[in-house]
Amino acid sequence: MKKFINKVDDILVESLSGFALAHSDLVQLNLDPNFLTRKQKATHKVAIISGGGSGHEPLHAGYLGFGMLDAACPGHVFTSPTPDQMLAAAEAVHADKGVLFIVKNYAGDVMNFEMAAEMLPFESATVLTSDDCAVINSTYTTGRRGVAGTVIVEKCVGSLAETGADLQACKALGDKVNSRTASMGVALTSCTVPAAGRPTFDINDTELEMGVGIHGEPGRKRETMREADAIIKDVIAAIMDALKPAKNSEALLLINGFGATPLMELYLIYNTAAKLLNEHGIHITRSLVGNYTTALDMAGASVTLCLLDDEIKQHWDSAVHTPALRWGV
Amino acid sequence: MNASLIVAAAIAIQDTILKHEADLESLDRAIGDGDHYINMKRGAGAIVDMQQELSTLSADAALNKIGMKLLSTIGGASGPLLASFFMGMAKVLKEKGDASIDTYAQAFATGVDTIRQRGKADIGEKTMLDVLIPVAAKFTAMATQNASSEEIRAALITTAQQGMLATKDLIATKGRAAGLGERAIGHIDPGAKSCQLMIEAVCKIA
Repeated sequence: MKKFINKVDDILVESLSGFALAHSDLVQLNLDPNFLTRKQKATHKVAIISGGGSGHEPLHAGYLGFGMLDAACPGHVFTSPTPDQMLAAAEAVHADKGVLFIVKNYAGDVMNFEMAAEMLPFESATVLTSDDCAVINSTYTTGRRGVAGTVIVEKCVGSLAETGADLQACKALGDKVNSRTASMGVALTSCTVPAAGRPTFDINDTELEMGVGIHGEPGRKRETMREADAIIKDVIAAIMDALKPAKNSEALLLINGFGATPLMELYLIYNTAAKLLNEHGIHITRSLVGNYTTALDMAGASVTLCLLDDEIKQHWDSAVHTPALRWGV
Repeated sequence: MNASLIVAAAIAIQDTILKHEADLESLDRAIGDGDHYINMKRGAGAIVDMQQELSTLSADAALNKIGMKLLSTIGGASGPLLASFFMGMAKVLKEKGDASIDTYAQAFATGVDTIRQRGKADIGEKTMLDVLIPVAAKFTAMATQNASSEEIRAALITTAQQGMLATKDLIATKGRAAGLGERAIGHIDPGAKSCQLMIEAVCKIA
């Protein structure tokens, strides 16, 4: 393992501290329990809180700020945060309009957020994201996994909350975006969890893992490495199968890097995916390309398609000002 | 049950977890993600570190405290599950307020049931419940039959052992090994193994 590390046990706190310093105009860090909030507390709206294991940066703290999240709770690498973090975060950011938790569908995350919600002395609701159409049940989940589509959910829900919409409306939009979104990932290499010190799985130069999860957990199957167009064709086919979009649907296409694949290749993937989707009669009218939901240092990428309607378009386009997403401001 | 017995149990649990590092690690590497031993060790250590504080509390308050501590220390799925067990147990002890073997059996069964509800899992899914559910049933049955403490301990150790071994031939439908399908067959579930070890350790306290 070759990584920028001082002490393995200190990685999380040192990284969070750097993040908070770098974006001190936007975010504030609290340690023990670990959570981050917007610099300026919003007082007029439902508090939107997300969280999950670390190692997926910029998810979730990178989406703190106007138009997205109010607080984020980072767990250890690939380990869900604990309820005391969510409780302290909720206490810090809630404004008597309730708390909406956005949680990726993994057993640990679901249980920890569920217990936090039960202990919370005020109203809350939860949106579970489950956009990964690669597998129904994985090493980490019951049901589909939440992956890069979570970013789209957080963006849209965050935007609606800014308008003063109530808790149920925010939850309803989150559930709607999730139900219209599907993702699938491909890994070319494994990731290495710092505390483990060795790659999570073995994969050789002639192989790829089709449908990989964002923790390096297995996907659909191990396949032979081939040219990009052939790989992406299979990914798009899986997404089409999951979403079954009507002809002439309008969509947002997100190409997400897992951490060790250069933007050059992500744009190449976009080129292929957009062409294929066009052949399927899908109009791509919104796009996002970059590292938005990573898996440490895994090489690979995921393709996410979100079927748009006027409401989702409005909330995707609205102003956002966070460390990782910023437009319209 | 009093706080000093709870502290003794915590020390016995930590002891058996530490002794079985290699066992737990290899089981979890086979069908999990390799962090079960580290998580259990961190949880047990946190509880043993609280022994002074625990020894001043009533049994139900001590168990509740243990639950809260595990909840904020372990993380992942095992944190909330183990925390649910102790918090469920504490609730029964508080309500009943007596120290009969019946009450302990009922508290244990309620703890197990709280895990079942939290994890939305049941027996036969290759998880810790394959040990806990049979042990709870055995405990309840023997308590109502007025069995002696020695008989109950011996029976629970055997029942836990059988439940743990039974996970070997199961396909996992919940927990970390779900998704492996047939590949999980032939491996004992690490969560079932650690529960069996903990039950045995507690039953052997003098």
